[in-house]
Amino acid sequence: MDFDLTEERRMLRDALRRLLRDRYDAKTRNRIQDEERGFDPAIWQALADMGVIGALFGEERGGYGGGAFDLALIFEELGRAGALDPLLDTGVLAGGLLADLGSPEQREPLAEVIAGRLQMAFAHGEPQSRYDLERVETRAWRKGGGFVLRGQKAVVVNGAAAGYLVISARSWGNVADEDGISLFLVAADAPGLTFRDYPLMGGGRAAELELEDVHLGPRALLGAEGGAFPAIEARAAAATVALCAEAVGAMEAARALTVDYLRTRKQFGQPIGRFQALQHRMADLLIEIEQARSAMLNVAGNLAQPRGVRELHVSAAKNLIGRAGRLVAEEAIQMHGGIGMTREYDIAHHAKRLVMIDHRLGDSDHHLARFMRLAAAG
Amino acid sequence: MDLNYTEDEQAFRSELRRFLAERLPPRLSEKVRLGKRLSKADHEEWHGILNARGWLAGNWPRRFGGAGWNAVERHIFEEETARAHAPRIVPFGLTMLGPVLQKFGSAAQQDHYLPRILSGEDWWCQGYSEPGAGSDLASLKTRARRDGDHYVVDGQKTWTTLGQHANRIFCLVRTATGGKPQEGISFLLIDMDSPGVEVRPIVLLDGSAEVNEVFFDNVRVPAANLVGEENKGWTYAKYLLTHERTNIAGVGFSRAGLETLKRIARAARSGGRPLIEDTLFAARLAQVEIDLMAMATTNLRVIAKAAAGHAPGAESSMLKIKGTVIRQEINELTRRAVGPYALPFVSEALDEGSNTPPVGPDYAAPATAQYFNNRKLSIFGGSNEVQRAIISKAILGL
Repeated sequence: MDFDLTEERRMLRDALRRLLRDRYDAKTRNRIQDEERGFDPAIWQALADMGVIGALFGEERGGYGGGAFDLALIFEELGRAGALDPLLDTGVLAGGLLADLGSPEQREPLAEVIAGRLQMAFAHGEPQSRYDLERVETRAWRKGGGFVLRGQKAVVVNGAAAGYLVISARSWGNVADEDGISLFLVAADAPGLTFRDYPLMGGGRAAELELEDVHLGPRALLGAEGGAFPAIEARAAAATVALCAEAVGAMEAARALTVDYLRTRKQFGQPIGRFQALQHRMADLLIEIEQARSAMLNVAGNLAQPRGVRELHVSAAKNLIGRAGRLVAEEAIQMHGGIGMTREYDIAHHAKRLVMIDHRLGDSDHHLARFMRLAAAG
Repeated sequence: MDLNYTEDEQAFRSELRRFLAERLPPRLSEKVRLGKRLSKADHEEWHGILNARGWLAGNWPRRFGGAGWNAVERHIFEEETARAHAPRIVPFGLTMLGPVLQKFGSAAQQDHYLPRILSGEDWWCQGYSEPGAGSDLASLKTRARRDGDHYVVDGQKTWTTLGQHANRIFCLVRTATGGKPQEGISFLLIDMDSPGVEVRPIVLLDGSAEVNEVFFDNVRVPAANLVGEENKGWTYAKYLLTHERTNIAGVGFSRAGLETLKRIARAARSGGRPLIEDTLFAARLAQVEIDLMAMATTNLRVIAKAAAGHAPGAESSMLKIKGTVIRQEINELTRRAVGPYALPFVSEALDEGSNTPPVGPDYAAPATAQYFNNRKLSIFGGSNEVQRAIISKAILGL
C-alpha cells in the first residue's frame, strides 16, 4: 500500500494549484459565468501550456499521463479552486472516447485538444434517459455509404463551445439495450445540428441538441457499429473518478473556508467555533470528507479492474460522494450564515458545484440502486 | 499511489488463513459466529493457541516475546481473525498494560509481569473509570496514600470489563490534590486477591455480566508496584489509550457482521421472498456496505501512516466515530432482519453449557442482545462526543 503521490505527480499538483490559485477568485468566476463561453480561454490556454490537458491522455495518444490517479490529482485541484474549465467534457469524456475508439486518422484532432485549441463535448444523455447510460433513442441509419442521425440530446455540457462532438445513436436494438449503440465524431457545424445553449447552476454551459437528419460520412463512426457501450461505460467510470476528485477538492476548500470562518466570526462575544454545537457538526463534516476521499481512492484504484469490480466501486463512490457533497454544501452554508448565501463569497460556489456534481453521471439514489443490482449479481 | 498489499503482506495473510483453518477450534468459532457468551476457559484456550505460535502479542517487540508486527501486519491479523470468527484477544494485559510496562516500567516489573501476561498466569483488568469519572477521566477520586513501603488505596472503580476473571488490576489513583487534576495521578498495579478488594458484577441491559464494580477499602499495595514516577500516571494513561485505539475502526468486526447479516437476510423471508430482495432493506444494507468500503480505506490510510512512523492522533477519533456508527448500524439491521424473532429474550440460551434451545432460527437468538450490548461502542473508550471534541481541538484548531 502506498497512499502518496509520485514525485512527478506531486510537482504537477503543486504547479496546478499555484496556477489556479492565481487565476481564480469569486469575482473572476462570476465574470466568467456571465460571459458567453462559460470558461476563460486564457486560463484554458494556461492549463494546456502547463500540460494539464495532455496529462489526461496516455502517451500512445500524444499525452503524458491518462492514469486514474492523474485524473484524480488534476480534478481535485480544479475542485479546490472552484475552476470552471470543461476538462471533464473536452478531455475525459469526448476526448477520451476519441482516444479509446478512434482510428489514427480520426484521432488527429486530439493534438489540437492537447494544445488547447479545440473544445469537445459528449452528446449522450437524452430527455428521457435520466442517468441510464444504455438508454439511447436517437437513431442512426446507414445511407449511401455513410450515416444519418435523428434525435435529441439533453444537457450536453460544453456543447456550444465544442468544435467536435462525440454523439451516441442507436444502430439497432431496443431503447435500453446495451447492444446496438454507436458513436460518431461530428463537427459542430454539421448541417441538421441545432443547439440551444444555456448556463448551468454551479458554472459552465450546456446545450439541448436537435439532430434533424444529420448526414455523416463513413469515417464519422468511432469503433464498431453498435458496439460502443463498453467504451461509454468505461469512460463514464473514468469521468466518475474525475467528478469524485473534483468533489473532494471542493469539500476541502469548503472545509478550510468554514473552519476559518468559525475561528474568526464573533457572536455573543466569542468566536462561533467555541460553541460545541458547531464544533461537533464540523467534526462530523471532517469525517465525511475523509470518507469521500477514501471512496474516491477506491474507485481510482479499481479503474483498471475488470468491469464488475470497477463498476461496483463506481457506484459505491458516486453514492457516498453524492451524500457527503450535499452534507458539506448544506452545512458549510449553514455555518456561514447569511454571508454563505451571497454570490460574492467563495463558499456559495463550492456548495453549488458539490450539489450539482450529484446530477452528473448518476446521483446517489441512482448509484445506490445500481450498487444493489451489481452486488446481488456479483 | 497503490491500494494493494505487498507480496510479503499477502503471504502473511495466507499463512494466517492456514493457521486459523488448522488451529482455531471449531467449537470456539461456532460460539463466536452464533453470538454465544465466551467463558474464561474459552479465552484462555485461544490465547494459549496463539501464544504457542508466537502470535499472541502481535504489537509487542520480539525482545519481550511479541511478534513485532507493524501496523499493517496487525491490521491483517485483526481482519483475518474476525473473518474466521476467532475470539477477540482480551486486550487488557496484551494491548493496554504490556506497552506501558515496556515503555515506562522498571526492568523488574518487565521481567516479572510480561511473561505472565503471555502465559496467561495473570489476567489483568483495567481500573480507570469511576462513578464520578467517565468521559472526564482526570476527575477520578480513588486515593493512594503512601505509608512506608506501601500505598494504601481507598475508592471505587467501575465498568471493569471481565474483572470477574482477573487476578490483577492496573489502576489510575490520585496521589496528590491541588494543581491540575491530571497532575496528581499515579499508575498502580494491584493484586485482586489483596484484602479489601471487592468485585461486584453489573448486569447489563442484554443480561450479560461482562462488567463490574471494584471496591478498594484500605488496600495495601507494595510501593514497588508503582509504574514509573508518582504523579506521572496521566502521561502513561494517555500512552495506553493510543494503543487501545489501534483497532478502533473495527473493520474486521464490521466485515464479519455484514457477512452474517447477509446470510440472515438470505434466509429470512419477507412477502414470501428472501429479505435481501426487499428493496428498502437491501438499500439500507447497501448503504452501510458502501460506508464500510470507504471506512476500510480510511483505516488503511491511517495504518499506512502509522507503519511509516507517524503516531495517529485525532485520526483515531475519526475512525472511532465512523467505525462505531457502522458497527451499530449493522447491529440495527441484523435486529430488524430477524423480524418478530427479535422479541424472544432467552438469556441463558446464550450462556456456556446451556441446554436451553433458542426460540426460532439459531441466528436470531443473539441479534437483539448484541444490538443493545453494542450501544456501548459509542460510549466507551471516550464517548463519540468526546471524540468530536478531540477532532475539533486537534484538527480544526477550534
